[in-house]
Amino acid sequence: MAAYNIKIWRQNGPDSNGSMERHVVKGIDGDMSFLEMLDHLNEDLEEQGKEPVAFDHDCREGICGACSLVINGQSHGPETTTTCQLHMRSFEQANITEITVEPFRANGFPIIRDCVVDRSGFDRIIQAGGYVSVNTGNAPDANANAIAKPDADTAFDAAACIGCGACVAACKNASAMLFVSAKVSHLAHLPQGDAERHERVESMVNTMDREGFGSCTNYGECEAACPKSISTDNIATLNREFIRAKIGRIT
Amino acid sequence: MSSNSNNSLPGGITTVGAKMLVALTGIALILFVIAHMLGNLQIFLAGEQLNEYAHKLKSMGPLLWVARIGLLSVFLTHISLTLVLTRRNAKARGNLTSPEPQIRITGERYINGYSYKTATTASRFMIHTGIVIFLFVIYHLMHFTISPEHPTPMPADSLIDVKKMVIDGFSNSIISGVYILAQLALAGHIYHGASSALQTLGLRTDSTKFGVSKLGILLATLIGIGNISIPVCVMANII
Amino acid sequence: MKLDAKIPEGPIEEKWANHKMAMKLVNPANKRKYKVIIIGSGLAGASAAATMGELGYNVECFCFQDSPRRAHSIAAQGGINAAKNYPGDGDSIYRLFYDTVKGGDFRSREANVYRLAYISNQIIDHCVAQGVPFARDYGGLLDNRSFGGAQVSRTFYARGQTGQQLLIGAYQALSRQIAAGTVKMHTRTEMLDVVVADNVAKGVVVRNLVNGQVESHSGDAVVLATGGYGNVFYLSTNAMGCNVTAAYRAYKKGAGFANPCYTQIHPTCIPVSGDHQSKLTLMSESLRNDGRVWVPKELGDKRRPEEIPDDERDYYLERKYPSFGNLAPRDIASRSAKEVCDEGRGVGNTGLGVYLDFRDAINRLGEETISARYGNLFDMYERITAENPYKNPMRIYPAVHYTMGGLWVDYNLMSTIQGLYVIGEANFSDHGANRLGASALMQGLADGYFVLPQTIADYLATMGASHERLPIEDEVFVQAEEAVNNRINRLLNVNGSRTVDSFHKELGLIMWENCGMSRLKKGLETAIEEIPKLRKDFWANVKVNGSADNFNISLEKAGRVADFLEFGELMCRDALAREESAGGHFRAEHQTAEGEALRNDDDFCHSAVWEYTGDDAVPIRHEEALKFDNVKLATRSYK
Repeated sequence: MAAYNIKIWRQNGPDSNGSMERHVVKGIDGDMSFLEMLDHLNEDLEEQGKEPVAFDHDCREGICGACSLVINGQSHGPETTTTCQLHMRSFEQANITEITVEPFRANGFPIIRDCVVDRSGFDRIIQAGGYVSVNTGNAPDANANAIAKPDADTAFDAAACIGCGACVAACKNASAMLFVSAKVSHLAHLPQGDAERHERVESMVNTMDREGFGSCTNYGECEAACPKSISTDNIATLNREFIRAKIGRIT
Repeated sequence: MSSNSNNSLPGGITTVGAKMLVALTGIALILFVIAHMLGNLQIFLAGEQLNEYAHKLKSMGPLLWVARIGLLSVFLTHISLTLVLTRRNAKARGNLTSPEPQIRITGERYINGYSYKTATTASRFMIHTGIVIFLFVIYHLMHFTISPEHPTPMPADSLIDVKKMVIDGFSNSIISGVYILAQLALAGHIYHGASSALQTLGLRTDSTKFGVSKLGILLATLIGIGNISIPVCVMANII
Repeated sequence: MKLDAKIPEGPIEEKWANHKMAMKLVNPANKRKYKVIIIGSGLAGASAAATMGELGYNVECFCFQDSPRRAHSIAAQGGINAAKNYPGDGDSIYRLFYDTVKGGDFRSREANVYRLAYISNQIIDHCVAQGVPFARDYGGLLDNRSFGGAQVSRTFYARGQTGQQLLIGAYQALSRQIAAGTVKMHTRTEMLDVVVADNVAKGVVVRNLVNGQVESHSGDAVVLATGGYGNVFYLSTNAMGCNVTAAYRAYKKGAGFANPCYTQIHPTCIPVSGDHQSKLTLMSESLRNDGRVWVPKELGDKRRPEEIPDDERDYYLERKYPSFGNLAPRDIASRSAKEVCDEGRGVGNTGLGVYLDFRDAINRLGEETISARYGNLFDMYERITAENPYKNPMRIYPAVHYTMGGLWVDYNLMSTIQGLYVIGEANFSDHGANRLGASALMQGLADGYFVLPQTIADYLATMGASHERLPIEDEVFVQAEEAVNNRINRLLNVNGSRTVDSFHKELGLIMWENCGMSRLKKGLETAIEEIPKLRKDFWANVKVNGSADNFNISLEKAGRVADFLEFGELMCRDALAREESAGGHFRAEHQTAEGEALRNDDDFCHSAVWEYTGDDAVPIRHEEALKFDNVKLATRSYK
């Protein structure tokens, strides 16, 4: 059992000023997940009649993408995983007892409260073209088209994105390129995505800009922060798709 | 709030498109830097090789001006787009609404800073090395092209001893120091910029990945060593 | 309460086709005049909203998450069944239908299950067309694997992330409709009541979780796609936000709740490590394809697993069920694990765990093959437990995973409230007393993409295009809103001394102890006494800080736990009344000499449907008799 000094961001609402709040959390077991440590903090706060720290979380299995947080200056903390899958043994083993917790910071992710941010910009980017336009009931037999395994695998790697936003939080420019490129690349590698590929990439990039995300300067920090190991290869794919779309428009 | 049309760049250009222009102009500038360096390295050759080269350039007439204007516009495009993108990126970064002043000063969006996992120093300080290079270029032009002894541009047919001018200049250790620092900044800029440009242009694929990742370090090393060798050799009395 | 299942006439193969022909249609030009409210955006909700939008209806969809992409369907790992018979191993729609009815321990409705099996193939076609990256073989065609309880390979999968890929597919289809303007999406919005007038659903009352605003929405039909209620146990594999509120509110407004006691306990979860635990993590059942389940033969054998020689290990599933072995259905595998742990042969610090051992598979196939098949699951296990499953056997223990029970619906998926539809895990319809692996995704998508959009048209068409919706200024809406606000204020004003979580944990323990894997009359009676006491304590002593008009996570939780505190009692009542063992419902009084579940087809071949009669009144139990014309009632045998 260990104790930790937690500095965590508190902010009442989107328009209020926030600040870091200090707490000591005691009785933390190495097998506890980081969020269970925060649950513990919140139980303490509630018992003291204070409002708990708001943070996003849901499945706690590392797949829904709801949990966020920048922990000790890194998206999802020191390991390459989601915050919900980060365990306190990681701090215990490294003898770290000071922990700072901040929300994902980006203009495209306005703060709702404390460490909860609004990531609906991602939804709007997908709405701009991150889909295949097929109505229910229109599909041919699933095995009508064979898809070469390397393409299927590349598409899958890109499709593994959980939309958590760690890439934006890690990027010095708050760029959403890794997120956008993952979807562009997923669909660009499949024949199903072919018909709309030009409109898709242009529209998604436009929306990404409109949502106020920064531009990509190829720092690679997004890939390092991604809990699903989405590769910056996808960004190269997006760039190629973008050029193809522009050329397609001219010719 | 988000979904604000103010987030778009002027002229309907997207950030991806703008980055591609930055990459293209960057590649052009790298090619210029390489050519420039190869020209300068003629100082190591015996006799009047460098001076002859300089005079040949000077005697290109209107072509020289075409090249100069072309280079200038590439240079200005590269700089203005990066400045626009950098300002936009700074805005994109923030949802920090703390009144605490130290945050504003450091320009950091995380109160305790962000601990980078893989980003190289070169990649994080592109705008800084870029500004150093820009200032250096102005100084460099003042120094050699529009030198203090020649307040007006030198006439094309005037025969000055370029080699002597270089040696005289670099004999001053302060001037040499400035040049060396600037070349280090240039090497850092190219170290990230060369590979980054190819990624931005979508040229990094499975088969080119290795080459693209090593191109930056290769060019940075060659250009760095090549350019720095001149002041160093002058000061060491090798030339 | 009238329970008319409205099962179409005719042979089972033709019922759905005949029914589709018989149903009324809505003229395409009129579709936008109908407003359909969909609560929940998981596989069922998102697919329904997308399809209804494509058809041209005016859809409003609500979810409590920050994005429809996060619903807990995303966490399903294993796969989705379909009767494509691509591997040519003798599968067919009929076999999938038969297996599902049998797997459900003959407590599901034949006609619904047949339709599900029939639609399964269309789902795969549609999802592939959407770009869902299913696993493929080297020839580029779709790959299949066999999955718990099936003797054919009919499970389509996408590494260990099938649920994620299918949900993202549905989410993308939904996103397309949001962009097209046919669907209006309300995220971070929780439904707190259904508005019903004369037993017809008129709309909903919701609370915006960001600003606390309580508001009404009027619609021509309301669809609940709100998932299961496994979190009544506090610890389950469900997401933290999963709750029974929407379904329970509908129940209180007159919708019958069917078979609430049918809960599925999944056999392969990571064991509990301590009191701090907030949720349990499932390891895909596919692990049982290559992993062997065992415990030491000796009681209290504390040796490390690798020190225990083979002849001192009890591979109990292989021993008891030689033909299915480690692939025995979930309920059987779970109960067997509990049995060996109850005998004192459990492993790990708590003694609540059994080994799932890959030693033999690694020796046979090599570590590389095992890693290719289960790499991500092994990594996940190691991350959570800090043990390496390539070297040491995994420790697993059953955990609450899925709830087969849910709001009663007829063949059209309409509840006992007119115009209130229930789809996906939230309804009770297709899995009977036990759900087979890889069937949840199938049902959610079948309901959402293919069934509801067809059947709801019949109801809407009856209204006529010139119908009028009840305005939200109407008395019914005003009253419902007032009740919601009163309840919120009541929660905030108790101002007691105990946190919401502490009540939830206590309820969870009562439920797990008495209404968990094995149930006894006495325990259930105790629970039925204890839960109301706990509920009373909750309303006297709970502490909910903060206010109603902003983002208040305590308040959100408090409302959900308050509903669980009522619903838990209903589950226990149902479990008590069902004097038999069937699927996920195991009454220890009803077992064979070998300890197998003993059904009572004479008295309980029916679905039990509960009708709410008042807060302190005992609900009424109705029965929908189950008729098996195509499948012969038999004792499930997996020996």
